[in-house]
Amino acid sequence: MCMKDNKMKGITPESTYDQMTPGGAIYGSGNSEFFNTGDWRVAIPAWIEENCKHCLLCVPVCPDSSIPVKDGKRLDFDFDHCKGCGICYKACPFKAITFEKDGK
Amino acid sequence: MSIRERFSGNEAVSIAIKQINPDVMAAFPITPSTEIPQYVSSYVANGEIDTEFVAVESEHSSMSACIGAQAAGARSMTATSSCGLALMWEMLYVAASLRLPITMPVVNRALSGPININNDHSDSMGARDTGWIQMYAENAQEAYDNMIQSVRIGEHKDVLLPVMTCQDGFITSHAVENINILETEKVKAFVGEYKAEKYLLNPEENISMGPYDISAYYMEHKYQQAVSMENAKRVIAEVASEFETLSGRKYDFIEEYKMDDADFAIVIIGSSAGTAKDAVDELRNEGIKAGLVKIRIFRPFPAEEIVKALKNVKVVGIMDKAEGYSNNGGPLGAEVKAALYGNVTGVKAVNFVYGLGGRDVKIESIKTVFEQLLEVDKTGKVPAHYQYLGLRK
Ligand code: SF4
Ligand code: SF4
Repeated sequence: MCMKDNKMKGITPESTYDQMTPGGAIYGSGNSEFFNTGDWRVAIPAWIEENCKHCLLCVPVCPDSSIPVKDGKRLDFDFDHCKGCGICYKACPFKAITFEKDGK
Repeated sequence: MSIRERFSGNEAVSIAIKQINPDVMAAFPITPSTEIPQYVSSYVANGEIDTEFVAVESEHSSMSACIGAQAAGARSMTATSSCGLALMWEMLYVAASLRLPITMPVVNRALSGPININNDHSDSMGARDTGWIQMYAENAQEAYDNMIQSVRIGEHKDVLLPVMTCQDGFITSHAVENINILETEKVKAFVGEYKAEKYLLNPEENISMGPYDISAYYMEHKYQQAVSMENAKRVIAEVASEFETLSGRKYDFIEEYKMDDADFAIVIIGSSAGTAKDAVDELRNEGIKAGLVKIRIFRPFPAEEIVKALKNVKVVGIMDKAEGYSNNGGPLGAEVKAALYGNVTGVKAVNFVYGLGGRDVKIESIKTVFEQLLEVDKTGKVPAHYQYLGLRK
């Protein structure tokens, strides 16, 4: 039997085995966005906007691409994906990021 | 016209690889399969083939390199034995579940310990549930023929599973025999070009392979593999019949030797089948209706074919060149008995563990097996349903 071609979005927990891609391969890219890695974390960063110089040193070091940038300026954290590692907090030279235990 | 040659099993398989000219060969040496990557690397060095030879630092890496290369869209191969196969364990499952038709000659050797470099089937029998197709050869000719067919079987769109083609270490791998090889153009035409439908280096389509699979999907993906293993039965038969047209050599899931009217039979895998056929001939001359079933394909397991072959025998001896430590016999014994259960009544079975670590198997050794089968028939009692052949005790 031939497995039908299916983009990831067509496959749900109701799909039968022959509707799923062989080996669970995903035909498409950028799919990690659909997985909310930030649904739990031990500690959480907070952005102090008034201290921020928009030097963007925090942006490339984030392992979860959770610091969005628009028109050369950073925006608030993407907490759907931020894993709470604290790397951005270490990288910020201007005390514009705090890092506390996640109260959630 | 085929070409008459004299090759060892390792050489025969290497020649097959040379004729196929795979995109990638990633391998690490281990006795007794070392010659295979050695030959292939010299073909590459001599410019006879344009295979990318990856000299890795372990068998975990050789299988990983094959997985990466095959996922990228390249026809990939490796070769190994014993502890090398064991070191690949984790990656064997990954190759099968990612549905990558890698092909791998396995030169069977005891899996230590105590450390031993000689032949038995403990290495590949341990890998029987990894999701790989397993083919076993009796001699160099079959090792060569299986290697060529394995590529077509694994790559078939309804199969997409990796295939190991096994031959007995030293006995087959190092003994030089007369064999017939095919012309290279014919082999190339037979295997064709490898064209993966989905592959990582396709600039036209983004694809992620091997993502984390949550419980909601995992069982369906494992069942897909089972369906492919079922499809493999059809494909193995189709490929064998095409190969017969090409070579004149006929292959099936099992080989039945003098089974038509056999009262006493043994089921056996690999090189010892050759010795055992001589034992069967001698017994036939003595008026005993002896026969033999040789397993060529172990995965998928040819249960139906075995039932058909054994349904009229009185006593069967199932020969395992590997222990199972189940206190109940070896893996072949377990599977043959499971196949017979509910399908055949009245066939008595005795399971023998034999030839471990290269222990010599002679015509006389096989005749002692048949003697016991006759005794079981005479007394109506199976003394021990599982025993070691030729053990000193
Ligand atoms: S805490 Fe870690 S994951 Fe979260 S935004 Fe900072 S660097 Fe990224
Ligand atoms: S490193 Fe600090 S100051 Fe620089 S952009 Fe990030 S938060 Fe703002």
